Amino acid sequence: MCTGGSSQAGLGAAQPHRARFAVTRATRASTVTALLAIPVLLLLLALPAFASRALLQELFYVFTMLSLAQLWNLLAGNAGLISVGQQAFVGTGAYALFAFTVVTGLEPVLSIVLAGAVAGFVAVPAALIVFRLRGAYFAIGTWVVAEVCRLILAQVKQLGGGTGASLPADVASSIVGLDFIRNLFGIRGPAARDILTYWLALVLAVGTFMLVYRLLRSHRGLALSAIGDSEAAAESSGVDVFNTKFLIYLVTAAATGMVGALIFLQKARISPDAAFSLIDWTAYAIFIVVIGGIGTMEGPIIGVVIFYLLQYYLAALGSWYLILLGVLAIILMLFAPAGVWGLFSRFYDVSLFPLRRRLIAPVGRVADKRGRTN
Amino acid sequence: MLGWLDTVIQGILLGGLYSLYATGLSVIFGIMRLVNLAHGDLIVLGAFLTLALTTLGVPIIAAVVIVLPLMFAAGYVLQSILLNRALGRNILPPLLITFGLSIIVQNGLLETFSADTRFLNVGTLQSASLPLGGGIAVGIMPLICFAAATAVIVLLNSVFYRTALGRAFRATSDDVEIAQLMGINNKSIYAVTMGIALAVCAVAGFFLGARANFDPSIGPARLLYAFEAVIIGGLGSLWGTLAGGIVVGLAQTIGAHIDPEWQILAGHVAFLIVLVIRPRGLFPRAVD
Repeated sequence: MCTGGSSQAGLGAAQPHRARFAVTRATRASTVTALLAIPVLLLLLALPAFASRALLQELFYVFTMLSLAQLWNLLAGNAGLISVGQQAFVGTGAYALFAFTVVTGLEPVLSIVLAGAVAGFVAVPAALIVFRLRGAYFAIGTWVVAEVCRLILAQVKQLGGGTGASLPADVASSIVGLDFIRNLFGIRGPAARDILTYWLALVLAVGTFMLVYRLLRSHRGLALSAIGDSEAAAESSGVDVFNTKFLIYLVTAAATGMVGALIFLQKARISPDAAFSLIDWTAYAIFIVVIGGIGTMEGPIIGVVIFYLLQYYLAALGSWYLILLGVLAIILMLFAPAGVWGLFSRFYDVSLFPLRRRLIAPVGRVADKRGRTN
Repeated sequence: MLGWLDTVIQGILLGGLYSLYATGLSVIFGIMRLVNLAHGDLIVLGAFLTLALTTLGVPIIAAVVIVLPLMFAAGYVLQSILLNRALGRNILPPLLITFGLSIIVQNGLLETFSADTRFLNVGTLQSASLPLGGGIAVGIMPLICFAAATAVIVLLNSVFYRTALGRAFRATSDDVEIAQLMGINNKSIYAVTMGIALAVCAVAGFFLGARANFDPSIGPARLLYAFEAVIIGGLGSLWGTLAGGIVVGLAQTIGAHIDPEWQILAGHVAFLIVLVIRPRGLFPRAVD
């Protein structure tokens, strides 16, 4: 990278203008990734034309888990809000979807958006209460909130009470765009619904990713990393710590609610225990983030692939599978708390989705491979 | 009216059980600022260990006496080889390690003992009650449980405030660095702390099984009750933890008295209300 010859020439020739430093975020890897992302996304979009229904259902699961993981990562990895209660918003979103579609007869896709709004709305009082708890106690506080939501919704008889309810067939077939898909692919009911939910999951996963990525690259992202380094120092530099965290909590809750609504639109059956499952919606998301690399954009993507493979090959082991995940999580925390991506980036200076600004030395300055000038 | 009086008495006695759940959690938080997400599952583990010994023919009291040091040793080892490595400025590693541990213990119990509901047979004590007159009677077992909860707090407080070991505990809790300068090995203090917490879990597990049915899945709910008792009582005060346990117990029995389905919800709501009104609990001592 270093071009010593021109440096000598530059200094010797007494150039009229001084060489300038530049600040950039893009890396060669990130440009390649961005260019590769376009064909990959187009391929995923076109996948229903030739993929089997089973594959679409598997990918639906992968995309929704990726979304939940990205959101938990934003919350815990970037905002330092370690929550073990995100199932509160998955469940609230899911129940809101059932309420909107079954009770008031709204269109399901519109209901997903509204379900997100409901989850965000619920997050306001929840945040005001649990933000009074700090650190690890905040974590258990979020769990209590999730339990309160579960116990309250289990009382609502119109939505099946404690035993749950199924989505009526006429609701499932009323989703906007189903006819379009039927005509496009020449298929019948259930298969068309799988394609539609697959597309919705893809849109939510990409949308969540872009949301988190844009947020972290904005001035709020900068404020978040300042808070992560030192709350007191951030506060004294003019960062509104409470409002920043509050905003992140609300945005995450709303997006988590939308994902929850979509998951249960696809399942077409809801019960309090399933909708507010700690293991399914929060523990797995945490596992994905931790194994991939917490606090990075790349981590959850790698994590969801590893998690899916583990699940695919080992889920049949039942409780031994969960024990294995627990053991893996403990080993990771002890020996590689930065996850797979953290280990990788210790040896290779690659950033596919760069968040950090790097100082680029003018040509001629000796720069090491991390972009720092010597 | 009589029904209400009975409800209040039951609630206070239930608070004794919740205080036993919470004491261990309160101690480990007070001394090492650690929150153990596996706490509830370790209580259930204590109950199952006692059950396993009784099925081998060991009398129940002897079983508890055996499980107590076993759990102490388990806590000591757990802290020395696992949690001491993870303690630091970042709270995520200890939190996730204990979360992983919770899943391991829960599913390990499920594999070993199946999902069947169990209880600990304490013979005639199970249903014995003490008539208080006026048609109100209190169960002997809940009374013993409340007495045990109080005894555990008296015992721990006298250790913490009357012994050299207790001084080391308090010094470590106040300021780890200075305590180390004074020659205290904080890691071994932490290991003993976790040992004590798990020994209390063994006692709590016994009363859990003697008072009601249990199965491997009920740990997390016990963790939440314990946590609520600690926060309501105020961090750093064991008597506050007992008071917090009583608040949760009372809220639950009063909720159940109105509608049986509201029992658990009422306990959680009471906790949230206290958090809004008195964010630092009823009797705060420590600053987190």
